[in-house]
Amino acid sequence: MKQFVNIVADPIYSFPITCVLYYYMLKYYKFFGSKKFAWTVTLIAIPVFLIMMADPNFYLIITWPDNIPITILIVAVSFFTWYSIHKAAINDTRQEEGEVPVEATPENREKVWCWPNLVYTEMFAIIAGTVFLIVWAIVFKAPLEEPANPTWAPNPAKAPWYFLGLQEMLVYFDPWMAGVVLPGVIVVGLIAIPYIDTNPKGNGYFCFNDRKFAISSFLFGWLVLWLYLIIVGTFLRGPNWTFYGPFEYWDFHKVVAEYNVNLSEFLWIKFLGTAMPSNILVREALGIVLSLGYMFGLPPLLAKTSFFKELISKIGMIRYYITIVLFLLMFSLPIKMVLRWAFSLKYIVALPEWELNL
Amino acid sequence: MSEVRKHLNRREFFSALTVGWAAFAAASAGLLSLAFRFSYPNVNFEPEMDFVAGLPEDYEEGVDERWKNGFGVWMVKQEGKLVAFSNICTHLGCIPNWQPTDLKFKCPCHGSGFYMNGINFEGPAPRPLERYKISLNTEGKIVVDKTKVYRYEKGQWDHPDSFLEV
Repeated sequence: MKQFVNIVADPIYSFPITCVLYYYMLKYYKFFGSKKFAWTVTLIAIPVFLIMMADPNFYLIITWPDNIPITILIVAVSFFTWYSIHKAAINDTRQEEGEVPVEATPENREKVWCWPNLVYTEMFAIIAGTVFLIVWAIVFKAPLEEPANPTWAPNPAKAPWYFLGLQEMLVYFDPWMAGVVLPGVIVVGLIAIPYIDTNPKGNGYFCFNDRKFAISSFLFGWLVLWLYLIIVGTFLRGPNWTFYGPFEYWDFHKVVAEYNVNLSEFLWIKFLGTAMPSNILVREALGIVLSLGYMFGLPPLLAKTSFFKELISKIGMIRYYITIVLFLLMFSLPIKMVLRWAFSLKYIVALPEWELNL
Repeated sequence: MSEVRKHLNRREFFSALTVGWAAFAAASAGLLSLAFRFSYPNVNFEPEMDFVAGLPEDYEEGVDERWKNGFGVWMVKQEGKLVAFSNICTHLGCIPNWQPTDLKFKCPCHGSGFYMNGINFEGPAPRPLERYKISLNTEGKIVVDKTKVYRYEKGQWDHPDSFLEV
């Protein structure tokens, strides 16, 4: 059983499984949002977690002070995701029956003053947060390591937990892409959401039916890409950034057969059976055409599909193009991950001469 | 006519304003330049960029790690050539480890792997490790100069300074 979990936890299997689970979570969101489902999962999860803790390797990785926030994060995010979908399921059912959302009922429209109602709550949250951090700092000591040495790196060298998703991304991309462009696009894209999402529905009440596209694409980026990668980076990456299952011993000499190939090498050496052309632009022509086609050819094509035609009629052409470019950039990560796993593909465009690799 | 005016006229006001702003700008510039100077260290402890690495006979076939901790250099002797590799990963600048059992350099940050000859073959590293300039001085000892690097993808590994015939 542990062996099975170790194998399934490998991103090659766990990423598609996470995507499928995510799809079914949203497809049957009313079932997912029911209290019965939440209680069942909680009652199953607690004993399963305790049994897993009995394994020494799992215990070691879970109780590592740096990793405890991730466990808290998993519990907190699971709860809040369930809670919002629970509220959305109730409101959607009410709206299907022709009633107003819970938040719009007369008893919930009563207004209270910000002072003292909100400010007192915030005050309490600040005090509780400070106490929590002080207790945390006392219980989990910050490690005092040897003096910094520019010619040596710890193994594995892990980023702070909130950057582990980025570090996982860097396994599949060139640093300027995964370290500069994509994080920048994430920040700019999040800032842009209020300007490109003009759907007035869902304003002030929980819902899913009214904003299916917005909620499902945001939750995909947040749960499946960002959080899943943090969990993989925290619990499943060991020495040499090799994958280790949750019950696997961190053997420093674990050898993983891996040989990554660029798209240009696939095309010229494996497929056409010739030497690589000396002109670097000819060498990478296929990758450049594919990348440009993906970023500039796909948006006008997608605009012709019925789903996006409807979206364009609602938000207009400019907002559509911004949305679709953000969307395609987000999906470049899972595409690159799947290509790496399926074909050991390193870079679609590999121009190390120009420090440009996609 | 001897009445003392209590208010500045328009011209005097602007003169005072100009002097005030000029003084403020000068003071700010002085403070900023002090802050700028403060961001540079008084003493620089950077290791020297070139060093004498002994005689060519000191090296056995394979990877030699004796200069790794002091200077960040791997000496690799292979197929009659002695080269000095930088120990900085070409992906994001971590420090890989030499793994004698697997005969590869493996980076702990994102899992890039390099063969003994410096060629990248696994993980995200986009290009091979960089070679440093290596030459013999008049006493016949090896001198490694880290200010000059030779990059494979630019075809610089054929350069006579990028390796030593041994």
